[in-house]
Amino acid sequence: MKLLSPITTKIVTYELREVGRSRWLFAYAAFFLVVADSLLRFGGADKALLSLTSVTLFIVPLVALVFGTVFLDDAREFTELLLAQPVTRRQLYAGLYLGLTLPLAAAFILGAAVPFALHRIGDPRLGVSLAVLLAAGVTLTFVFTALAFVVAAFVDDRLRRMGTAIALWLVAAVLYDGLVLVLAMLFADYPIERMMLGLTLGNPVDLARVILLLQFDVSALMGYTGAVFQQFFGGAIGIAIASTALALWVMLPVALGLRAFRKRDF
Amino acid sequence: MITVSGLEKRYGAQQVLRAVSLDVRRESVTAVVGPNGAGKTTLIKSILGLVHPDSGAIRVDDVLVGEDCSYRSRIGYMPQIARYPHNLTARELLAMLTDLRKAAPDAGPLRRDETLIEQLALTEQLDKPLRTLSGGTRQKVNAVAAFLFAPDLLILDEPTAGLDPAASAVLKDRIIAERAAGRTVIVTSHFMNELEELATDVVFLLEGAVRYAGPLDELLRRTRKANLGRAISHLMMEAAAA
Repeated sequence: MKLLSPITTKIVTYELREVGRSRWLFAYAAFFLVVADSLLRFGGADKALLSLTSVTLFIVPLVALVFGTVFLDDAREFTELLLAQPVTRRQLYAGLYLGLTLPLAAAFILGAAVPFALHRIGDPRLGVSLAVLLAAGVTLTFVFTALAFVVAAFVDDRLRRMGTAIALWLVAAVLYDGLVLVLAMLFADYPIERMMLGLTLGNPVDLARVILLLQFDVSALMGYTGAVFQQFFGGAIGIAIASTALALWVMLPVALGLRAFRKRDF
Repeated sequence: MITVSGLEKRYGAQQVLRAVSLDVRRESVTAVVGPNGAGKTTLIKSILGLVHPDSGAIRVDDVLVGEDCSYRSRIGYMPQIARYPHNLTARELLAMLTDLRKAAPDAGPLRRDETLIEQLALTEQLDKPLRTLSGGTRQKVNAVAAFLFAPDLLILDEPTAGLDPAASAVLKDRIIAERAAGRTVIVTSHFMNELEELATDVVFLLEGAVRYAGPLDELLRRTRKANLGRAISHLMMEAAAA
């Protein structure tokens, strides 16, 4: 089976034209540009990369969810018009999903990577770490735009939809790690490493964090789940396992989103 | 051309369509009428496959709706609300629809009929971003999109709502011309006198159920009324009395 039908490609092309002209997309790229540039100006490249990681894990899911939700709300009537054409729901879903996700991912890459190029950071070790950071950010974009589709399918009211999207982000990017820490403290007397590992696999943001911090080899900043991961698997295997899990995390919401999109009434 | 049988649709607690069965004859202009919330738009969207009915079946020329999407290459649809991507221009939108029709698996030679662009005085507006256009102008773009590919079947949901009288007249003339050319049209509207000029057949929906489906002249004969508006209010009073 061909991965992308010609119809999907057409839809993506036009969506890129639409989303590519969005002011918010430029603001998003500019945000990372400014942050990465100032981090490089005021600290070493190593420290800059580490801080940029925190910003990425925080901001990328938020923007993917919120931008995705607004985009889908705006595209509602347009989706209706496209579905009245000889287009299947799968084709349209793929078109809308890629048309939303690719520009967001491109804006992130551009904003985060260009300052490193401008400051002529040529160290190959840093280069690899930057590449891993970019890949993690892109993957998180793919995960959380798909989750925006899922939210759009299950919550009817416009305001509640935005609320749900933001709540989802709060849980994934902020509360989850804290929750894991509380559990760790509550059960400190028990052998809970396996449970901790399971919990880490349950959150894509945590997985991305583990991958990045194992890559940078800074256990001090790894948080509880990262430390457990390293202890359990060691660096390289840990990265491999977490990456596989993160890849599954892309497929799950994409499949869920497609299922919901096919069943939905427009 | 279209056969609807036993269509049921429920949104939560609300039953929107109740055992709706009807036929749309080829080369007819079928007016779907009924008060707000009667299920007109849900019926239309079911035919387009936008809404999945809970039970029942729809066939468009013997193709079961829901199985494959190719039947839609012969339909032109004008939705009630005209909201489009903000940054695209009307020209880009029409080009996109053309591309999609061309890329459809069994697309025949594509004929583009752009006469409405001129008749609706849209030429000047084609290269402006759609968000900068007024609601009425976007509704005109909507109309152009529906008629663009000379489809066999036109489905128009409140086509004249929001249009100025001149544009309304252009659109009505066009519907009459399409019928004369052997096309089939399904149209909803709140303006009974407007529909009377156009319709050959009437489907009257009330609370999701079909109260009448058949030729207009038979409806007038049966209710012994002079026009569609009076005939429909007669049916409504009948329903209220029952």
